[in-house]
Amino acid sequence: MELLLAILAGSLVAAGSYLMMSGKTLPYLFGLTMISNAANLIIFASGRLTFGKPPLVPEHDKTIADVSNALPQALILTAIVIGFGLLVFALTLSYRSYYVLKTIEMDDMREAEPIAEGNS
Amino acid sequence: MLLFWALVIPFGTAVLALLAWRSLEMQRGISLIGALALLVLTVRIAIRVATEGPFAEQAGGWPAPYGITLVADGLSAVMVLLTGLVAVAVLIFSFSDVTEGEKHYGFYPLTHALLAGICGAFLTGDIFNMYVWFEVMLIASFGLLVVGGGKAQLDGAIKYVGLNLIATVAFIAGVGLLYGATGALNMADLHGRLMGRGAETPILASAAVLIFAFGSKAALFPVFFWLPASYHTPAFSTSALFAALLTKVGVYALIRVFTLVYDIDGTPIAALLLGTAVLTMAVGAFGALSQTSIRRVLGYSIVSSIGYMILGLAVATPLAVTGALFYLFQDVLVKANLFLGAGAAKRLAGSEEFGRAGGIWRVRPWFSLLFLIPALSLAGVPPFSGFWAKLLLARATIEIGSAGLTFMVLGVGFLTLFAMARIWAAVFWSAHPEGDGAITERLPAAMLVPLLALTGAIVYIGIDAGPMVEGAAAIATGLIDPQAYVAAVLGGAE
Repeated sequence: MELLLAILAGSLVAAGSYLMMSGKTLPYLFGLTMISNAANLIIFASGRLTFGKPPLVPEHDKTIADVSNALPQALILTAIVIGFGLLVFALTLSYRSYYVLKTIEMDDMREAEPIAEGNS
Repeated sequence: MLLFWALVIPFGTAVLALLAWRSLEMQRGISLIGALALLVLTVRIAIRVATEGPFAEQAGGWPAPYGITLVADGLSAVMVLLTGLVAVAVLIFSFSDVTEGEKHYGFYPLTHALLAGICGAFLTGDIFNMYVWFEVMLIASFGLLVVGGGKAQLDGAIKYVGLNLIATVAFIAGVGLLYGATGALNMADLHGRLMGRGAETPILASAAVLIFAFGSKAALFPVFFWLPASYHTPAFSTSALFAALLTKVGVYALIRVFTLVYDIDGTPIAALLLGTAVLTMAVGAFGALSQTSIRRVLGYSIVSSIGYMILGLAVATPLAVTGALFYLFQDVLVKANLFLGAGAAKRLAGSEEFGRAGGIWRVRPWFSLLFLIPALSLAGVPPFSGFWAKLLLARATIEIGSAGLTFMVLGVGFLTLFAMARIWAAVFWSAHPEGDGAITERLPAAMLVPLLALTGAIVYIGIDAGPMVEGAAAIATGLIDPQAYVAAVLGGAE
C-alpha cells in the first residue's frame, strides 16, 4: 500500500511539474494543485497505514501501536482547507491578471520588471 | 496567557477593523490602538523572557508534546518586540502613504492579519502550527500586494503567489516526512528525538525539503526571484512591512529549525547552507547594482542581507550565530527605515526612478540624513548598527580561518555601499531633472515621526552596541544549547 501511495505521489509531482513548466498561469495552478495533493498523500502515508482499526487509544495507554493514527488526517484536513482557500485566491488572481494584463503567458508579464531598452 | 494575547490582539484588531468597514477614520483609530497594544504586550513578553528565561504556554491545557505549544525564548521575544515596533512605525507612516482606495479595500484588516501570522510564526513551538502561521501570513500578504489593483501589482502578485505556493507545498511535505520519521511535531520534542540521528536518510530528506521551503520564504539563492519581482510594487508601507518582517520569518524558521530541531553535525546541511549563503550575498549585491529605481535596488539588497544571516547560521560557531542574530535584529529596523524613506523620497521627488528623481539633498537636507543613515548602516559603515553586525560576522570567519569567507563578508559590504551610493547620487545628490523648484511639498509628520524614530534606534544601537551584542550572544548560547527552551516546553507543562 505504501508503495502504491509512493508511486501515486511521484506521478502527481511529475505531472504537476510538467504542467507548471508550461509558463501559463492556469496550467501552473492546476499543476500546483496536483503537487499539493501529492504532499497530502505523503502526510497520509507518514502516519503509518493501518486497516480496519478504530482511531481510539485505549484508556491509560500512551502508545498508538494497535490503533489507526488520526493525527495525519487532521493535518491533511488542515492542509486541504488552507490549500483550497489559497487556490481560490490564486484562480481569482489569474483571472484578474488575464483581464488586466491581457495574457496568461508569465514571460509576457513585464509590468513590474520592464525590460530595459537596448537589453531585449 | 501573555503569549496568546500576541495572537488575540492582532486578530482582534483585524476583525474590529473589518467590522468598521464603512468608516476609514474608525479603522485607522482601531488599527493604531491595536498596534500600540501589540507593542506594549511584546515589551512585556521581552521583559519576562529577560528576567525569567524562556517560558511556554500550552493551548487548551493539553500537556506538551501532545498539544500545541507557544514558546517565547530570547530569539522569539526579540523578534515579536521588533514586530511590534515596526507595526507601529509602518501604521503611522501608512496614514499619509496608503491611498484611499487601498484603505477601502481592506489595507488595515490585512495588515493586522499579517501581523498575527508573523507573531504566530515567531512564537509557536510546533512545526505544523508554524506551517499554519506561514499560511496566515501568506494569504494576508497576497491581499496586501493586490489591494492597489494596478498592473504592476497584479504582475508582481502572480510571481509572488506562484513561487510562494510551491514553497508552502514543500513545507507541508517536509513536515510530513519528518513526522513519518519521528512521530512528533513539537519542536522541543523533536530536538530530543533527532539527537544523533541527523545522518539518516529520511531525516536528511525532510531537512532538504524544509531548506527549500524556508529558503524560498527567506529569498535564498537560487529561489529568491519572487522578491525582486514583487516587493517594489505595493504601497511603500506594505513594502516596508514585507522587507522588515516577512523574509525575516523565513530566516527565523531556518535558524530555529536548524539549531533546535535538526542535529546537523556531520551532515551536508551546513555545507549546503554555507554555499547558498555565499551565493545569495553575491547575487543580491550584484543584482542591486543593476537596478535603476530605489525600491528595486533595495529589494536586491534584502536578498544580499539574508545571505549574511544564513552565513552566520552555517558557520555555526557561537560568535557567528551571535553575528547572524545581531544582523537579523538590526536589519529589521534598517529595512523598515529604508523602505519608508523611499516612500518619503518619492513623495518629494515625484518618482523613485533614478532618471526622474533628484535634488532632495539641496531642498530637504534633514530628511536626506534620515535616508543616508540607514543606507550607510546597511552597507556596514561605522558607527551605525550594520557595522557591528558585519564586524561580528567578519571576526567569526577569521576565527574559523576562512579567508575566502572574510573576503565575501567585506567585499559584499563594499558592493552594498556602492549600491547605496548610487541611490544617494541619483535621487538625493544630483539635480532634479525639472530643476530644484520641482520639490515643493513638505513631508507630513506621519511620515517624519516613524523615520525619525527608526533612524534614532539605528544610531542608538550603533553607539551603544555593547549590551545588544552581549544580549545577542546570550540568545546565541541558548540556541546552540537549547536546554532551557526544551525544559520550558516539556518540563514546565502547566
